[in-house]
Amino acid sequence: NDLVVYFLQFLKMARVLVAVKRVVDYAAKIRINSAASAVELNNVKMSMNPFDEIATEAAIRLKEAGVASEVVAVSIGPKQAQETLRTALAMGADRAIHVETDMRTDQELQPLAVSQILHAVAQEVEPSLIITGKQSIDSDCAQTGPMLAGLLNWPQATFAAGIEMSDDAVQVERETDGGTETISVNLPAVVTADLRLNEPRYVKLPNIVKAKKKPLETRSAADMGLDLAPRLEVVSVAEPPAREAGVIVDDVDQLVDKLKNEAGVL
Amino acid sequence: AATIVIMLARYAPRAFRAAATVRRSLSALAEEEAFAPLRPAVTMFSEEEVAVRDMVSSWCKAELQPHVREMDREGEMKPEILQSLFANGLMGMEIPEEYGGSGMNFTSACIAVEEVAAVDPSFAILVDIQNTLTNNAIRFWGSQELQDKWLPRLATDTASSFCLSEAGSGTDAFAMKTTAIPSADGSYYTMNGSKLWISNSKEAGVFLIFANAAPEKGYKGITAFVVDANTPGITVGPKERKMGLKASSTCPLTFEDVKIDASCVLGEVGMGYKYAIEILNEGRIGIAAQQLGIAKGAFNATMPYLRERKQFGQAIGDFQGMQHQVAQLATEIHAVETMTYNAARMKENGLPFVKEASMCKLYSSQVAERVASKCIEWYGGVGFTEDIIAEKFYRDCKVGSIYEGTSNIQLQTIAKIIANEWE
Repeated sequence: NDLVVYFLQFLKMARVLVAVKRVVDYAAKIRINSAASAVELNNVKMSMNPFDEIATEAAIRLKEAGVASEVVAVSIGPKQAQETLRTALAMGADRAIHVETDMRTDQELQPLAVSQILHAVAQEVEPSLIITGKQSIDSDCAQTGPMLAGLLNWPQATFAAGIEMSDDAVQVERETDGGTETISVNLPAVVTADLRLNEPRYVKLPNIVKAKKKPLETRSAADMGLDLAPRLEVVSVAEPPAREAGVIVDDVDQLVDKLKNEAGVL
Repeated sequence: AATIVIMLARYAPRAFRAAATVRRSLSALAEEEAFAPLRPAVTMFSEEEVAVRDMVSSWCKAELQPHVREMDREGEMKPEILQSLFANGLMGMEIPEEYGGSGMNFTSACIAVEEVAAVDPSFAILVDIQNTLTNNAIRFWGSQELQDKWLPRLATDTASSFCLSEAGSGTDAFAMKTTAIPSADGSYYTMNGSKLWISNSKEAGVFLIFANAAPEKGYKGITAFVVDANTPGITVGPKERKMGLKASSTCPLTFEDVKIDASCVLGEVGMGYKYAIEILNEGRIGIAAQQLGIAKGAFNATMPYLRERKQFGQAIGDFQGMQHQVAQLATEIHAVETMTYNAARMKENGLPFVKEASMCKLYSSQVAERVASKCIEWYGGVGFTEDIIAEKFYRDCKVGSIYEGTSNIQLQTIAKIIANEWE
């Protein structure tokens, strides 16, 4: 009888799907390629998208709190995306799914295609909660989370700075331009992580070795029968204009004059 | 990818031999070219090793970096940082998982030492001594009882010190005077004497002590003991006031009738001299990793300044004199890097590595000193102040040519091996 109750409680626990992306490391110095068509990725350090690290940390904490039963990590990208998945596994995810593609994930594979792939993965994994970063630091679209919720017809809570789970709903404190708002969202739901949600743990070294033993399955994006073609074409990529030296003004009048007549902001 | 290539390199010869019997018509050269796998560069690390480097450097940047100057000034290690080192698995890198260690290889330990040294060489020496000297000595020669007792603690919460040198015996380690006389029934030893220059002795919970259990036998009586720091009769003296590595406590130890159970003997009685030599041979690669970290840390902290600082209307890094100095030192750092990790791989592959380990310890300490010194110069006047980290690297690196075998001893070791090669 106790066993049945425990089992039923276990079934009620959420399975969490975390989507993580391999992007240029936030500290890496980036350059535009010679064709001015994209960022140069050769020999550039790549890491997990920082907001996805926060998302993974949130999922692991839910598991540690006994609210989530399993954390599944998924990543779409080239073979090296497996390194990103192993980081998620080392942080505490239970298993990982790698959807392999050679399309550039910072340009060619766009949010709609990404959400369609994740939609297919979600239907297979059957999570109660999907957490991903609010946006990736390469394309900064912030569209995948909302689009995925749309495809799944699930509620969404974006820019999460706080998550609290109860049996069939999640309370999310959201960052907005005007302040924070707290909403209650029924499960299953999509949540996207913002900066203040948590501080991701360091991967403890013993867990790096343990992660190698956790299941990681690979499949090809091209074999999923989805239309992954880009809808937007990147015409050119350029660096922002070089920062010019500041000017020290003598008084407020001079400041106002410059703001009005030179900078044109007044 | 690198792991797969290394695996291929291991098993390819078998496939090659099998195929050779089938393709008798091909010339030997064509066969070799057809089946030779692509061998990795020394600086191509496995995915696991790259993950170690990433994790350690992130940890150092966030947890260690903000406190480096303060700890240098105070001459103290902050306990929370020490605890964090343990919690994140840096103190038991090669200790097997079943003992609570990180279950990694020697190269990973060297990478961790290098990355920590690039931020604080004082913490790097702690991590180095723990991993490459104490942990490995106990793993190689410790009884099952000793391993079961100490490896879990070394991995999770207990720092260690390597106690060999004395006031009268540094390079001439075998002239040590500390004795550990066996009791009549051999069930315990009584230790009397003292040790000097013992790194991290204030923080250590366990000491690996070398003492003579049979002075009449000369160095063949030297025995290694794994001793709890709380054992009555052991006194840790006041810290030396050093020029560098200030956060790392360096103290004398005194032993007054310390009773040590026979189970504390590491390996066999009278084999201590051999264990000391062998473990220090490997430890040298760890020191080289520390010196490499110092060189890279100083260099990386200085390069941005060469773009920032302008004189005569241009960045000082654009003057050819500066460019040539930068190129020369970058070349030497690269040489140290490849030498050090090659020596680590030789050890992992079971190849003799004593000469190469000596070479990388010798050379890395020389390069670290040159780089740190030049970095102060590149910074100009401000490089001479505590506002800039270069002067700390300069002070920290100096002991690199001294501890774990002086440069003269390294030269002697290398020369002796070469002489044997030419006998």
